[in-house]
Amino acid sequence: MTTTSPAARRPNANWLLLIPALALLAAILLVPLGQSLLRSLQHPVTEGGGWTLDNYAKLFTDGVTMTVLGRTASTALIVTLVAFLLGYPYAYFMTRVSDRTRAVLLVIVLIPFWTSVMARNFAWLTILQRGGPVHTVLTWIGLGDVQLVGSQIGVTIAMSQVLLPFMVLPLFSALSGIDRKLLLAARGLGSSPLVAFWKIYWPLSRGGVVAGLILVFTLSLGFYVTPALLGSPQQSLIAQLLAQRTTQLLDFAGAGALGILVLIVTLVLVGWANRVGGTISAIGVVATGSRNR
Amino acid sequence: MTTTTEPGTETAYVTAGTKGRRRRDRSVDPIPWWLYVVGVAVAGYFILPTLFVIPMSFGSAGSFQFPPKEWSLDLYRNFFTNPKWIGSLGNSLVVAVLASILATIVGTAAALGLNNLTGRFPQFVRTLLMISMVTPAIVVAVAVYISFLQWHLVGSIGGYVLAHAAIGVPFVLVSVTSALGGFDPKLLRASASLGASPVRTFLRVTLPLISRGVFTGAVFAFVTSLDEVVIALFLRSPFFQTLPVQMYTAVTVEVDPTIAAASSLVVVTVTLLLLIPLLVRRPKRR
Repeated sequence: MTTTSPAARRPNANWLLLIPALALLAAILLVPLGQSLLRSLQHPVTEGGGWTLDNYAKLFTDGVTMTVLGRTASTALIVTLVAFLLGYPYAYFMTRVSDRTRAVLLVIVLIPFWTSVMARNFAWLTILQRGGPVHTVLTWIGLGDVQLVGSQIGVTIAMSQVLLPFMVLPLFSALSGIDRKLLLAARGLGSSPLVAFWKIYWPLSRGGVVAGLILVFTLSLGFYVTPALLGSPQQSLIAQLLAQRTTQLLDFAGAGALGILVLIVTLVLVGWANRVGGTISAIGVVATGSRNR
Repeated sequence: MTTTTEPGTETAYVTAGTKGRRRRDRSVDPIPWWLYVVGVAVAGYFILPTLFVIPMSFGSAGSFQFPPKEWSLDLYRNFFTNPKWIGSLGNSLVVAVLASILATIVGTAAALGLNNLTGRFPQFVRTLLMISMVTPAIVVAVAVYISFLQWHLVGSIGGYVLAHAAIGVPFVLVSVTSALGGFDPKLLRASASLGASPVRTFLRVTLPLISRGVFTGAVFAFVTSLDEVVIALFLRSPFFQTLPVQMYTAVTVEVDPTIAAASSLVVVTVTLLLLIPLLVRRPKRR
């Protein structure tokens, strides 16, 4: 048995360990996306081939894509706003309670991660449908016949719920680093609670806020199942358009261009959020349930 | 207002003298009542769908009505006897087991390879391997679908396993990396100097020390595959579809309330699976 070359002295061997993962990544992500990019930049072979930007130009001129993209962005904005309005107080609440309660609140945040996608959307469908509990309550308190399923309302409710963890987790990480003695000091110096919050607490929490906002907005751009089940087919979002162009219209080049556009927007935004708040790795760590921050 | 205070928290008390007798019991920094209301309401929003899943599953066939008109085990009976449902569950389990094994092997190797490497390139590789966590599933699904059409992988177990393994890798990478955080590389040299081959060192020294991280990663990769629906919708064929795809069809095409039984089974299974790593971890903490 050779005892001469321990693994620690051979850094080259480490690179070999990366090959299987990179090969799998290449086969499932890089090559398909690369092919998609190439296809979107070429004329169909039947029309002689050659390079073109037509498919991208069409996205802006076909009249449909931009409408759907605008609707997707506005839905994403509303979802982000809802998630922020609910997530900020919740994250703040988490910083104020006892350790035990905080652990419970953290588990509750992770529940949407744990609930199966189809089970969750099916549950929202039964809760929000006509004659369901929420619809009944709304009718009973006199708000009239509100259509929740088959409209953007239902989509927003369901999307905000599942995206809230992505708002709460970076926020909680930012808020728990703020020294509350600063607030007490401000109060002691005669500041009102609101002014103390606005001048001291809010600026210190801004990193987490920005990270959470970007992350929720970005992730909500790519939702497919929720709008397909809870939304209306007349108000489809960008993911549904992408699916439709691929499977129904078989417009692979057009779908490729649209997919690449969505991908670029997503990666740019996520990269930004990551620089602001180190979110990708943070969420990976939390999502796998390990507690070390 | 009552505040729960614990020794060691930042809550300070007014230790006022004779003047402020009435203020003595009050915290300077109490948690306002509205914060409790908002906190509890948001917590309710988080768990609301999960609360509905299990009661729904004891309804009866016919519609998605809530609350169900009559309670029965019909939906479960249908789930376990209808070949469409039980068959898709079997497919999902096969795919999830194979995908999580592949993701665990590949992801653990990558975590070991990246361990203790710093600099731009390893950081780039790490980000690259994590990227599927934030890439919109629909973009991946469409690209994978078109490429798999050429490679004749649509509708095949191999296609599902490869795609699901790829999205499971980030979870394994994160949990194994975290387990390696407390790993002393001197142990490798010690083992080698005692005559162990690298393979033997890995099996007898490294693997036992990171086993919990590997196991956690494997569970997450399994759950991710079991629950994946967007890619699966594109890779389905009339002969092979997974449980989430069958659930999707049950809502969109068939209006089959058996989905309620399927949902509660999936939710309960996933919850139990995710609790295992937590339970396994606890007693071993010094």
